[in-house]
Amino acid sequence: MGQDDLKPDPEREAWRAKRSQLPDRPVDFTSLSGLELAELYTPEDLSGFDYGRDLGYPGRYPYTRGVQTNMYRGRLWTMRQFAGFACAAESNARYKFLLERGTSGLSVAFDMPTIMGYDSDHPRACGEVGRVGVAIDSLADMETLFAGIPLDRVSTSMTINAPAPVIWAMYIATAERQGVSPGKLTGTIQNDILKEYMAQKSWIFPPEPSLRLITDIFAFAADFVPHWNTVSISGYHIREAGSTAAQELAFTLADGFAYVEAGIKAGLSVDRFAPRLSFFFNSHIDFFEEIAKMRAARRIWARHMKEKYGARDPHSLLLRFHTQTAGCSLTAQQPENNVVRTAYQALAAVLAGTQSLHTNSLDEVLALPTEKAVQIALRTQQIIAHETGVTNVIDPLAGSYFVESLTNRMEEEAERYFAEIERRGGVIAAIDQNFFQQEIADAAYRFQQAVDNGRRIVVGVNDFVDPAENIDIELLRIDPAVERDQVERLHQLRTGRDNLTVGEKLDDLRQAAEGTANLMPFILAAARVYATEGEIIQVFREVFGEYREKPVF
Amino acid sequence: MTVRKIRVLMAKPGLDGHDRGVRVIARGLRDAGMEVVYTGLHQTAEQVVTAAVQEDVDVVGLSILSGAHMTFFPRVNELLRERGAGDIMVIGGGTIPEADIRELKEKGWAAEIFTPGTSLEKIVGWIQANVKV
Repeated sequence: MGQDDLKPDPEREAWRAKRSQLPDRPVDFTSLSGLELAELYTPEDLSGFDYGRDLGYPGRYPYTRGVQTNMYRGRLWTMRQFAGFACAAESNARYKFLLERGTSGLSVAFDMPTIMGYDSDHPRACGEVGRVGVAIDSLADMETLFAGIPLDRVSTSMTINAPAPVIWAMYIATAERQGVSPGKLTGTIQNDILKEYMAQKSWIFPPEPSLRLITDIFAFAADFVPHWNTVSISGYHIREAGSTAAQELAFTLADGFAYVEAGIKAGLSVDRFAPRLSFFFNSHIDFFEEIAKMRAARRIWARHMKEKYGARDPHSLLLRFHTQTAGCSLTAQQPENNVVRTAYQALAAVLAGTQSLHTNSLDEVLALPTEKAVQIALRTQQIIAHETGVTNVIDPLAGSYFVESLTNRMEEEAERYFAEIERRGGVIAAIDQNFFQQEIADAAYRFQQAVDNGRRIVVGVNDFVDPAENIDIELLRIDPAVERDQVERLHQLRTGRDNLTVGEKLDDLRQAAEGTANLMPFILAAARVYATEGEIIQVFREVFGEYREKPVF
Repeated sequence: MTVRKIRVLMAKPGLDGHDRGVRVIARGLRDAGMEVVYTGLHQTAEQVVTAAVQEDVDVVGLSILSGAHMTFFPRVNELLRERGAGDIMVIGGGTIPEADIRELKEKGWAAEIFTPGTSLEKIVGWIQANVKV
């Protein structure tokens, strides 16, 4: 609505007249993502606002106010710290450290060879084993990773994408060894390959066979692991790669719709798999923009699922999400300030109604976090939960002229992107056209230029710099012996197992992959007899081929 | 006399897919008038060195955020020397701890390392001052 349409209001005119005489500070009043913001929001910014249609009640359509009826009065969000490094035994010790200190769910970080489907003794794994997460080569490593942790009593999130079905099979097999039936397992596999092509870039196979593996997981979970979140549709990495908040929102939900369409195309009814789709957002440093993004996400998802995809089960309409604070907002300079950044980001996620939360540690910009840094990060969440009082009231910012207006704007921006993606022939076609990759690269470059020319201040980096600073904090070091030992364990495994059976199971898997059967039972059969991740993935590499990017900058 | 443009190969060795930094730097160097080639992701040290020799670059920039820098910097240097291209300068960036930076520079495996938060201007200025064409 333009200002000329407004009814006369002498108070407003008086304010405006006075305000126009006052100078602004010489900076851009834009959001982190570059949105122009008014200095004041009033009821006029919400003309046409309809409480029932636009917000509704918590746990009620369109879920803008939250997916649970009583939100944090019933249960707090899950405090879930992403961790994993070196070997399975060391990571197991870190999980026990976190569980003893009140973390309520585990979150496994894998090393790059595991993420890319290479065993620790593959030439491409050299120098990378156990560096950015834990090395898992076979069921034997998975058994060690969860030794002494009853899998029917924790929920586990695993950040694994291209090899997700293999790692998930090893987890299910580990539970079987513990005497826990798959039906009792709760947790999440990230399993979001589309954002890999867009942003995170840890792909193995081309999109089509990747989507087949994903829909096989949907069907298998619906039958045997009904409480498992089969995919965590992730904006986090899109944002970390440099996107704006609106791009993160739009591209993530577009990926979600693409999975829904793939499931339907694979012959599954939408309500059979949609309730197990979950989401993962970034909480960056622009406080209100993040809250608006997450509130808009719930409303958009519910509307599309109901109106476009015909979902009838209310659980299919719920956008449940995990949040991680923005790693890319952390600074190597004056790293202690990262505690403060993370706290604001975590607060935004809580005010937006997240279901689980990871808070980054202050040293993560430099290396994997130390125990001390991880503890501060976890305590940050506990302070928000138990001291600040923000959990008393559900969706407390609802009705704010600014927050509702920004929430609407996020939804409009997302719808514009959906139309553009549709025009390009859908998500996979747009990936082929480098559309997302270029949009994200452009946004990242714009942001860097704004920092470089000082239009955007990053404390300690381009202003308030400590010239005498010597960044010397204690860092977690990964001993090079980790790689040697892991390779040694793998060689022992290969000589000690029943290789005849392993060969048979891999042959069965290859035949299944060449046909159209659901691949999960075959992967599980191979995992149970200690076929390695690399061996199973190699079968798929040969049958499905590998994806190649067209590098742009 | 025309001055030849500085030629740079920006490379992502190893398995890590974090390419935000390398792409921003590649674009910044190009905007500063250099000729920039970007390898794309998931390169082996051999692929990086082959590209550097084929493209006849003055400088190779390695972007590593996976903790594998103490493997890749020595390897790329060694292969460059084997290929008779030891004159190509190697620089880098990423999440690389201070102690490792000291070692990389002392052993001559990296002429300079730029850590997170470094401005484009600083990187451009450093290359212009240190690369002779």
